[in-house]
Amino acid sequence: MNNVLGSLLRILALTRKELLAVLKDPRSRMSLLIPPVVQALIFGYAATYDLNHVTYAALDQDHSAASRQLLAGLDGSGVFERVANLPRASDIKSLIDARRALLIVQIDQQFERRLLSGQSADVQLIADGRNSNTAGTAMTYVASIIDQFNSTWGHDHGAVPAPVRLVARAWYNPNLETRWFMIPGMIGTLTLIQTLMLTAMSVSREREQGTFDQLLVTPFRPFEIMAGKALPSIVVGTIQAGGVLLVAQLWFHIPFAGSYVTLAIGLLMFLSAAIGIGLLVSAVAATMQQSLLYSMLLIMPFSLLSGLTTPLSSMPRFLQYVTVINPLRYAIDITRRVYLEGAGLDLLISDLWPLALLAAITLWAASWMFSNRMQ
Amino acid sequence: MTTPTAPAPASNAWASNAWPSKLRRIRALVLKESRQIMRDPSSIAIGAVLPLILILLFGYGLSLDVKNVPVAIVIDYPTPEAIELAAGFQLSPYFHPLTMHSMPPAQQLLLEHRVDGIVRIPADFSRRFAAGDAEVQLIVHGGDANRARIIESYVQGVVGIWAARLTAQGQDGPIQLVNVQSRLWFNEANDSSYFLVPGLVVLVMTLIGGLLTAMVMAREWERGTLESLLVTPVRSEEILLGKTLPYFVLALFGFVLCVLSAKFLFHVPLRGSVWVLFGASMLYVLVALGIGLLISSWVKNQLVASQLTMLATFLPAFMLSGFLFDLRSMPTLVRMITYALPARYYVALLQSVFLAGDVWSVIIPNTLMLAAMAAVLALASRAVLHKTLA
Repeated sequence: MNNVLGSLLRILALTRKELLAVLKDPRSRMSLLIPPVVQALIFGYAATYDLNHVTYAALDQDHSAASRQLLAGLDGSGVFERVANLPRASDIKSLIDARRALLIVQIDQQFERRLLSGQSADVQLIADGRNSNTAGTAMTYVASIIDQFNSTWGHDHGAVPAPVRLVARAWYNPNLETRWFMIPGMIGTLTLIQTLMLTAMSVSREREQGTFDQLLVTPFRPFEIMAGKALPSIVVGTIQAGGVLLVAQLWFHIPFAGSYVTLAIGLLMFLSAAIGIGLLVSAVAATMQQSLLYSMLLIMPFSLLSGLTTPLSSMPRFLQYVTVINPLRYAIDITRRVYLEGAGLDLLISDLWPLALLAAITLWAASWMFSNRMQ
Repeated sequence: MTTPTAPAPASNAWASNAWPSKLRRIRALVLKESRQIMRDPSSIAIGAVLPLILILLFGYGLSLDVKNVPVAIVIDYPTPEAIELAAGFQLSPYFHPLTMHSMPPAQQLLLEHRVDGIVRIPADFSRRFAAGDAEVQLIVHGGDANRARIIESYVQGVVGIWAARLTAQGQDGPIQLVNVQSRLWFNEANDSSYFLVPGLVVLVMTLIGGLLTAMVMAREWERGTLESLLVTPVRSEEILLGKTLPYFVLALFGFVLCVLSAKFLFHVPLRGSVWVLFGASMLYVLVALGIGLLISSWVKNQLVASQLTMLATFLPAFMLSGFLFDLRSMPTLVRMITYALPARYYVALLQSVFLAGDVWSVIIPNTLMLAAMAAVLALASRAVLHKTLA
């Protein structure tokens, strides 16, 4: 009992010293607290697949009331900006090439005449596919505006309405805003980068400066040193995550559907796993440069192959298996599901146990490597 | 490592001249730095191995193509029309349907995220279809809005094809008034790796360039060797040049590996000329190295330098360069920030040179911006280094 208490006291003392070392210097304090919040603000605006400004050019060869009505639907949507009215089809190429227009809407002669005679008419869309995802999204916007045109025109001219309608509803994100999906995912991502590096580098720095050996000759046991290095990073990570969460709720007004306790449990498990990996990196690396290199080698794949921006399910099977060691993958799933769907712990088991396992393995391995170095 | 030794024979006819001795000093510095690179495998790892690993991982791992979407098809009452419509989902390569006959289990699957959507064909579907007013319901998991939108348009497509076939079979029905015929220039097959892989090259080169130089200068500051270098006749711009050149070569090597894998592993077409690609990329490598030099001349601490480089390069190049997210849709303030990022210009260049060809109206302005940035970074690093000496 006394043993446990003593050990706990020593860990707390070490944690306090580490926290002071990191947070006392105003520059390092700012470098840990400001970037996540600023990044959440900037990337919160930037990271969206939704389009609110699409430049297009019209090639109207019909010059009829119908074609004007169709183009007015685009202009009035608030999304499309007409940058040019093209007289000839030969002008299309230069406009697209120079990226002045993302879309060309081409309406052929006979457009109105065909519609009035009850035939179907074509509208040609040409899109700049240099970013095919953006182009695809813009084309679905146009398609929905043309749908509206069809039903208005049909209604006004007594055409038979389409026999089947698709009534679509999106759960958890009714207006299909990418921002709702991205920002909760950033809670984990922005936290991971700095906590992992902080942990890995702080141990390597002590080793490079020789103070780590001094720590080892104190009555601290390797396990206690480990805990004393891990806890401050967990504290820093929790504060960072809280900052990003505040930005999501207070600035972007994304409604929080779940429970804060569930989110906190999930994030703590994630931070333990991330910091375990950081400690393992520092145990393997001999110098700060190596430590940095290994952290980078992990952080980049972790954050890109996490489902943050591109879905895991679109990856090839073998890479999906590789991502089971990525703690961020689980964290993003947890934050999104707790945040948007209000998922409880029972639905998150499949994310929580891999994190617990990762944390246990990495912390155990790091502590084993440190104590082996001692002997 | 401390003082550069002149390797050239001293009795040289033009050795007294100021310009050649400058060249000689730079050569010596380059030689020293190159030897150091050869001895320390970690720089080679950053310059050559890292790009290859990253481009392979991300080239295969990042994709926005939606295929084999798991959906639950709920048929409330199995009429022939309903079954035929459901068969349309079975045949589509985009869906992986699970057919069931009531809503609650399907909703449970959606809750557990085992399906991405539920297509419900209501009990009165056939009756209302005969009356020309049928409904198909779709509930899609909206979490990933981009994916949800794509799924919605695919479902629309399957339903539309089914309805069109019935009409074509002579069943009396209305026609679609306006049809959309769309063409995606430069990427007819709508393969997302066409634009993701050139973007990845940008991401990788930004990171590599920044990291290579950031660590190098900060390390010399920490070890105090830069001060000893400064007491020699070497001038600050010569130090910068001597630091840049070897890493420039190393980073270009990484770039060649990236381009080769883009072309031969991921089959991204290179429609522009190789020379434009190389010229622009050399400029960009200079810019990326310059960012690292500037940061490390300024902060002099490996830990802070590496954190700053990471913050200044990786996520901004990922989020704010137009590589993934459309720049035109960002709010004005955020768009202003993107103008300050070199990655933005390089993404525009690479996507055009790879997919569209040599479009001079894109190449010239973006190259000029990169050149200006390289010059500004070089001057700024020199000024900072000068100031810290004084």
